[in-house]
This record gives sequence, C-alpha cells and structure tokens, in this order.
Amino acid sequence: MDFRDTPEEATFREEVRSWLATNLPGELKGHEGGAARFDGSEVRAWSRTLYDAGWVGISWPEEFGGRGLAPRFQAIYLEEEARAEAPPHLGVIGLGMAGPTIISRGTDAQKQRYLQPLLAADEIWCQGFSEPGAGSDLAGVRASARLDGDRFVVDGQKVWSSYAHIADYCILLARSDPDSERHAGLTYLIVDMHAPGVDVRPLTQITGEAEFNEIFLSGVEVPLENVIGEIGGGWDVAMTTLLHERGTLGFALVARLEVQVGKLVELARDRGATAGQREALAREWIELQALRVTANRSLSALEKTGIPGPEGSILKLHWSEANQRVTKLALELLGPDAQLLAPNAPYGGYWPVQQLRSRGNTIEAGTSEILRNIVAERVLGLPRSR
Amino acid sequence: MDLSFTPLQDELRAQARSFLTANPEPSWAQLAELGWTGATVAEEHDGAGLGFLDEAVLHEEAGRALLHAPLWSTSSLLPYLPGDDQATVARGETSWTLALGPLVPDLDTATNVAVVGGDTVWELDGAERELLATNDETRPLGVVSGGEAGRALCSSEVLPALRTRSLTILALESVGVGARALELAVAYVAEREQFGRRIGTYQAVSHPLASSHAELELARSLVWWAAWCVAEDDGQAAMAAASAKAFAADAAVAACERAIQAHGGTGFTWEHVLHRLYKRALWTQSWEASPAQLRAEVADHLLDRGEA
Repeated sequence: MDFRDTPEEATFREEVRSWLATNLPGELKGHEGGAARFDGSEVRAWSRTLYDAGWVGISWPEEFGGRGLAPRFQAIYLEEEARAEAPPHLGVIGLGMAGPTIISRGTDAQKQRYLQPLLAADEIWCQGFSEPGAGSDLAGVRASARLDGDRFVVDGQKVWSSYAHIADYCILLARSDPDSERHAGLTYLIVDMHAPGVDVRPLTQITGEAEFNEIFLSGVEVPLENVIGEIGGGWDVAMTTLLHERGTLGFALVARLEVQVGKLVELARDRGATAGQREALAREWIELQALRVTANRSLSALEKTGIPGPEGSILKLHWSEANQRVTKLALELLGPDAQLLAPNAPYGGYWPVQQLRSRGNTIEAGTSEILRNIVAERVLGLPRSR
Repeated sequence: MDLSFTPLQDELRAQARSFLTANPEPSWAQLAELGWTGATVAEEHDGAGLGFLDEAVLHEEAGRALLHAPLWSTSSLLPYLPGDDQATVARGETSWTLALGPLVPDLDTATNVAVVGGDTVWELDGAERELLATNDETRPLGVVSGGEAGRALCSSEVLPALRTRSLTILALESVGVGARALELAVAYVAEREQFGRRIGTYQAVSHPLASSHAELELARSLVWWAAWCVAEDDGQAAMAAASAKAFAADAAVAACERAIQAHGGTGFTWEHVLHRLYKRALWTQSWEASPAQLRAEVADHLLDRGEA
C-alpha cells in the first residue's frame, strides 16, 4: 500500500499539468457552459486539441487510437483536468459508455469504423435507453426493432437523452421480439441520428438549460451490421454499458467534487461561516477524502479484471448526495444573494445553478434507490426485492 | 499509487480472524506469543519488526472481536517508550495505558500506567486504581489516585503524534465493529420471514443496510489512508486521523443502530451480541474527541491555516 504516485505516475501527472497550464485558453477555464457547452464551436475545438495532444482514450487500446496505458493514468488525467477547471471532452457518452461497449462487445468492423472519430470528437454519441414507460425499470423498454431483410426498422420514443441534439450516433435498446417480455428479446443497436425518421426535441431542465432531449423514432432503418452483440441479447450488452458508466465516471466525479469543495472553502473564507457551517464544511471535506481514496481502491479492481467493480455504485451514490449538500451549504453561506441570477449574482451565479443541477445527480445514471438495490442485492447478497 | 494489501497483511488478517474466533478472550501472553503486542517493535527488542500497516490489520480484527485487552492503549504509546520497555511489551510481560484525563481506560488489564507531567511522560508508580462501572465491559474506564512519577519515559512533545496514532487505531477498530454488526444484520434479514416473505426483500429494511455498507467502505478508505500516513509519518497524518476517526466512529454507531433495528426485539436483548458491539461503538465515538470536535479541528485547518 502506497498513497504516493510512483515515479512513472508523477511524471505523467506533471506532463498533464504543464500541458494544461500552457494550452488551456483562459476563456475556457471554468467553462461550465450551459447551452454554450454544446452549441459553441470552442468546446468541440478544445476536444480536438485534447485528442491531438494524446489526452483522449488514454487507457484505450492503441490499435483504436488510444494510448494503451493502465486505467490509473486515465484517472490522473481526469483529476488534473478537473483541478485545472478545463472543460471535459464533448464526447462524454461516447467515451464513457458507447466506446467501452464497442471495445468489449463490438465487431472488428464496428471498432474500426466508430472508435477513432469518437476520440477525435468528429462524431458525438448519445444514449437511447430510457423511455417514458421505462426509467429505472429499463427492462420495460417498448421501442420496437422490426427485422426487415438486412435491416431493422425502429419505432418508438426515448427520453432523458443527453447530447442527442448534437449527436451523430445513438446506442439504442429496442425490443426486437414483439412477443418477448422484460430482459429477453431486446437488441442493442447503433442508430444514425441523421437518418430519416429521427426527431430530437430538447427538454428544458430545472436550471433553464437544455442538456437532455426526447428522441422520436419513426420507421428508422438500421442495418444489421449496426447490432452490438447478439440479436435478442441486448440486455446483457446494456449491462456492460451501465457498468462502465458508473465505473469510469467515478474518477471524474470525485475530481469535480474536489474543485467544488475547494470553491466552497473559498466562499466560507470570503463570507464567514458559523460554527455549524464550519463543521458542515469539514464533513464534506472528509467525505471528499473518503471518495478520493475509494476511487483509487476501485482502480485496483478495474486494473485486475478490466471491469469496474461494484464500488462504482457506492462512489456514485455518495458523490451525488455530497454534491447536493455541498451546493446547498454554498447557498446557505450566500443567504438571499443566492436567489440572484447572473449578471447580478455573486460569483457569476455559479452556485444557484450548481445547486439546482445537483438535484439531477441522485436521478441520472441510476437513481439512489436503484443504487441501494444494487448494493443490497449484488454486494450484500440480500434476496431480490422483486 | 497502490492501495492493495500485501500477502503478509492478508495472512495476518486471516490468522487474527480465526484465532479470535476460537479464543474470544485471549491473555496478553497469548497475544505476545502471536507477535501482536510487539508487532512494530524492532527485532533487536524482541519484536516482530513489522510496519504499522501490518499491525493496523490486527486492530480492525480486534475491534471486530471486541478484544478485551490493552492492545490499543499499549500500541498508542509503544513507539515512544524506551527500547527495554518495548521489549517487555513484545514479550508480553507488560502492557500500558496513558492517563491523559480523569478517566483512564484499560485499568483492569494494563500492567503499567503512564502520566503526563510538565514536558515529560512518566511512569506512574504506586497509584491506587479504581474501576468504574462502564457501558462497554470490554474497555472499562477507571480512575487512579495517589502514586508518584517514577521513571521518565519520553518527552511530552510526542503527544500530538501519539494522539494521531491512537485516533487511527480507534478508527480501525470502529470499521471492524461496524462491519460485524452489518454482517449480523444481513444474515438475519436474509432468513427472517414476515408477511410470508424474507424481510430482506423489503427495501425499507435493505436500504439502510446498503447505506451501512457504503459508509463502512468509505470509512475503510479513510482509515487506511490514516494508517498509511501514520506508517510513513506523512505531513497529513493529523488531518487523516481526525477525518478517519470522525467518519468511522459515526459509521460504526449507525451500522450498529441499523442492525439493532433490523433484528427487531431480538436486537434489543442483553443476550444478543449486538448491544456489546453498539456499546463499543459508542465508547469509541466519545473517546477522546467526538466526531463534532474532530470536524471542528478539520475546519480550523481548512479555513484558518490556508490549506484546502
């Protein structure tokens, strides 16, 4: 056990740090974005710059444009990226979900076709899992994929799909066997978002921004070569995607919380804090340290097996609740000033937006209720609740 | 960074688990024979010459088993004792407790008592000991009266480092206590049936246990960070130990309370082991700084000393 960077890790960290210090444009530092995160050209250009410099796909195989390094180097990059307040690569869904799924379950042709443009931010991905009637209960998916010769024809509606309005491809779960129920008879498809019959409608969320969308699919043709895994074996592939979502997300989340807690400490110094608020702040700093070490512990499991362990569920569960408390505490320190929006709000209106956004943290990527089910059933081995 | 355990540490854990299961109330001499009392004492002083991370494994197991022996109190003081005294501890001939305030732990089992006077930690000679009825029977509190300062043991400058080591060991024990309470609860709700179903299927029952697991895993992370800091004499050791003890003590108390609730009336009885785990968790939470006090220290460090 050694909490220090190895010489190799320290060298890599220093490279990341000095590269970001030199190359991150001032106007992009702390760029949280809102709509600009998607629509402006600067974040896409930044993503491309990251790719050209070799900071994207650090732990992906070299043959697909990655660097083939161990996951801990990816983790170091994510830590330093968050500390520098650099905007993340635009292809969040592709890097965290679609890419790892294609790498572990895709055909050679799919790997050749999709992975490199994904890394380069030339093609953006979104996820089509949730539906109006299938949220936490994903096995209730009703979107249909009807086999018609050498292609599927897809009809249905997907929802809560982040980045869909700028996406080129979607990883989509649809029912290919109309007589099937629940986990059977689902097929995992790569859908071209520019194909005829795809209609994307942005949903305005609680913050006033539109990060996510509804997707309406009407007679959308998907060639058979776009199936990932077996026809009818989509559930199994979807579980691979979700495991990666919660597994690799952990490091980025912890690193972002570190920045958030740092800002909270500054806020408390600026504004002053009561004894109770000081204690609450210390509680969050301690929780952050616990999450940081836990993320590093889970790396061992990932490096040994190549698959993220169930620690990912614990990280996401506690991170989301911590981020809600941290942003709420910031509001408390700000008092009525927290009710103001930009341009009159202190700190550019950062905290009120962050606080509202944090309410989504315990819903997206597995609700806290679902995550507690996962811990109870898969980690503690309790009998299933349904 | 490498956060995995060594094969030796895995072996120590397995050995400690099976020994304490077979011998729930071992003598100090038995613990010495296993090499636990002098785990970190140098071989030239009859110790095992191990690192603190190796010993840390034993403390987690000692907490789990509610070990009734002065292992924590002795180990907190041990590295600061003169070499000859370390040797007698390693051989199982002596054990220690430190009288920092009016209430002194482990007076029923420790052979020697240390006191702070001026700039020195002394051996207390010829004092009367009185044990006080204590909730946790495995770690009773008492008072000492009379006696006089005997030999000088070390400078009182060691006290901050001693406290860091002591808090870290208490945090390690807490993780062991909480983990055992959670295991008992999981086993119970997986079997117990009401309304025709095993009660572990009800989310009102299972989710609190999932919370205990998550909190104990986070506690374990902090505790091993603190233990590493102590082993390496790292600059963050004081903050890490305060954080670990604050978080782990709360997690252990919560795990015991949820386990008692999950057991229903059975969990509320004197016969069941849960109340003993709970009493140890509460004891540890109170000693020698509460989680709230420790968080106040962390806040002072963050807000008043220019670090974040």
